[in-house]
Amino acid sequence: MKVLYRGYVTGPLLIALWSVTVVVSAAVLLSLGTGLPVRPSSLVSLLAGAVVGLLLPSVQRHIAVSIAATVVFALLTVLGMGPMQFGEEVGTLSEALAGAVTGAAVSLSSARILADMPFQNLDRHEFEHCVIRFLTAFGFVVFTAAVLIPFGVMVATSLKSQQELLQNPLDYSIDLSRGWGLLRSYKELFADFNFGSYLWTSFYVSVITVLVTLLFSVPGAYAVARLRFAGRRQFSQSILLIYMVPMIVLALPIYMAFSLTGLRNSVLGIILIYPVTTIPVALYILQGYFRGIPVEIEEAGLMDGLGRLSVIRRITLPLCLPALASVSLYVFMIAWNEFLLAFMLLDDPSKFTLTRGVAMLNSSEIPRQHLMAGAVIASVPVLALFMGLERFLTSGLTAGSVKG
Amino acid sequence: MARTAPPQGNKPLQKQEARLAWGLLLPTIVGVALIVILPLLAIFWISFKPVTLGDLRPPSAIANERMRGDMALPGDTATIEYRLRNSHAESQVTDVRLVDTIPQGLSVVALDPRCELSGQQLDCNLGNWEGGHRETLKIPVVAQMEFPQGPPRVRETIADITGSGKSVLAGLDFTFQNFVAVFNARDFLSVLWATVFYTVVGTIGALVAGLFAALLLDKSFRGRGFLRGLFLFPYVAPVIAAAFTWVTLFDPFSGSANALLLQMGYTETPINFFGKRPLALIMVTVFEIWRYFPLSFLFILARMQAVDKDIFEAADMDGASPFQKFRYLMLPQLFGILSVLFLLRFIWTFNKFDDIFLLTGGNAGTRTLTVNVYEQAFAIADIGAGAAVAVVIFMCLLAFSTLYFRALRHEEEL
Repeated sequence: MKVLYRGYVTGPLLIALWSVTVVVSAAVLLSLGTGLPVRPSSLVSLLAGAVVGLLLPSVQRHIAVSIAATVVFALLTVLGMGPMQFGEEVGTLSEALAGAVTGAAVSLSSARILADMPFQNLDRHEFEHCVIRFLTAFGFVVFTAAVLIPFGVMVATSLKSQQELLQNPLDYSIDLSRGWGLLRSYKELFADFNFGSYLWTSFYVSVITVLVTLLFSVPGAYAVARLRFAGRRQFSQSILLIYMVPMIVLALPIYMAFSLTGLRNSVLGIILIYPVTTIPVALYILQGYFRGIPVEIEEAGLMDGLGRLSVIRRITLPLCLPALASVSLYVFMIAWNEFLLAFMLLDDPSKFTLTRGVAMLNSSEIPRQHLMAGAVIASVPVLALFMGLERFLTSGLTAGSVKG
Repeated sequence: MARTAPPQGNKPLQKQEARLAWGLLLPTIVGVALIVILPLLAIFWISFKPVTLGDLRPPSAIANERMRGDMALPGDTATIEYRLRNSHAESQVTDVRLVDTIPQGLSVVALDPRCELSGQQLDCNLGNWEGGHRETLKIPVVAQMEFPQGPPRVRETIADITGSGKSVLAGLDFTFQNFVAVFNARDFLSVLWATVFYTVVGTIGALVAGLFAALLLDKSFRGRGFLRGLFLFPYVAPVIAAAFTWVTLFDPFSGSANALLLQMGYTETPINFFGKRPLALIMVTVFEIWRYFPLSFLFILARMQAVDKDIFEAADMDGASPFQKFRYLMLPQLFGILSVLFLLRFIWTFNKFDDIFLLTGGNAGTRTLTVNVYEQAFAIADIGAGAAVAVVIFMCLLAFSTLYFRALRHEEEL
């Protein structure tokens, strides 16, 4: 450990790792964004990073190091010995530009990671702060990439044509000159694959699920939270237990019962079953909120001559509106995203929900961009709704130790 | 200080309150009983039955009626044929009875000994049929009048056939065959290993990733709200969209991940991420971590922001280093939420079906217990075996949730 507490050891080590991170991300970004053939060289990146990491603490003027790094990275890249190696068809100017930008990015961010780290001995605080700044930067890059790349690829693929995809599976640049032609896959999904109707089915199934869930869970949650009756504690525990029962265990008998009663392959069957999967969660979240409301407010209502039910309607519910909103949003999300039951119970394409419709697109005869367009159509409404009302959902999720 | 515990006793007001409570809970109890408790009982019942998909309907007698021969003038003869069969290959149908009306203008020439005729009403007692029984009942008829438009349509009067068959599901014969088959299956160990690996690594991975992400966003900076929303994307998007995107991304022939690795020189030949043995299980687990780290992230972040910052200032005064502050101050405060999250996520990961089903369909060593239920019940059509696996899952689940409730109580006491 002692050997690490020196600026000339820690600096090069951290910055070498950081430099590889930056170069690889830049190469991936360039490949996916432009389709150019780029190959990052780990060895050169490590060495270049180590040099930057050695120079930064030893030189007072960080800006000088940055300018030098920018120029050297650009030169090396043009000469074909840089941290990124390009194929033949890439022009010198682009190479120089890419090299310069990478060099500037590595050196500027490194200057911030190392901050005023001394060249010689470090104390524990200085060392740990450097490591933490490196880990923070690394974490941001990794998490953002892990989330953005799949969703970016999903959207970009849906805008491509079959030929473009076959030609270069790495090129996700959007050719804006195609204009509305970009949206061809979407047009075909709505025109030939009935996606408009799936969208509508999913929408009303989800809304009905939300309404039915609230109708059942609000009185139930109130009873569990407020009223005293024998078996209240056991009841509250068994709710939690029930919402831990895996759907696949229930799906089998439900499939059989629905086959026998003719409810299989009908939207009614789906509407009957979705709320039951969400009521326990909703009940559990809501009872937590109800407990948080001071009893005195309700007692005041009771003293003034209201009955229990009017207390619930006139006092408790208005106070719980935020909770109701968050539960509704969460239940909507569950119903909208539900796949297993829709997949098992619906066979007739005219009755599909959106997720079932997307599952149908997963066949070798249907091109990939259609599948991805379907995935985008299924994701966008729920993501948009969620981004808009994120605060509600977050509080709802954290209140109710949630299912997923 | 007055008593805070609820008053004990059985006075009218308390009775009224309890009545109201049960009244409010009744709809939920009924609904849940219908769709959760009943199916669970059914699963237990079926798991002890030798039953396949084809056995779902009880065996029944089926009749198919048609007219053979031409008929136009009085005196023309033809035959009414009833093609009869038992719908089930093995089970018996008892007391089969066929009732039908012979069309007007036809008279019966000869009658099967099992049948009786009163007026135009045909009534046959066909006795008991073994499984797979088939026969053709022929009733020759002669025309009594002219039929210019061809022979009368016999199907206008529906042949009514009844018989009672005992469904395999209903009987009282039980068997342990399903359980024996499940535990003895050659791949049972591989199923168990996949389940354990997926559950343990997936849970811990998602927890660690969530903790890391929460640490990143604990400080406030510009764009933090946006990043927080972005980090939740994998969890909020429909599983089907996320899974198919991964499958497309990691496709061995046309996927970008392989193209990228090839171009960057990290591999010589395309890698079949979701189709090769140890890799597929790892990929499925990585997907699980990717998809569910947002949930742990959200909970841990909420807990972190509720931590009292004063102790950190005190620690600063005492010269604690950042790692020490995390290890000795932050982590102990997060311990409660981390252990609850661990148990909860453990149960949920154990229960997970959709993700693996969509990514690999349970192939290449990724078949967990839940996927096995589907595989047995629907792919092999052995419902009994599927139910047996489901019962095994349910038992594990009961054990886990007992642990969970213990931990929860412990957490509440803290």
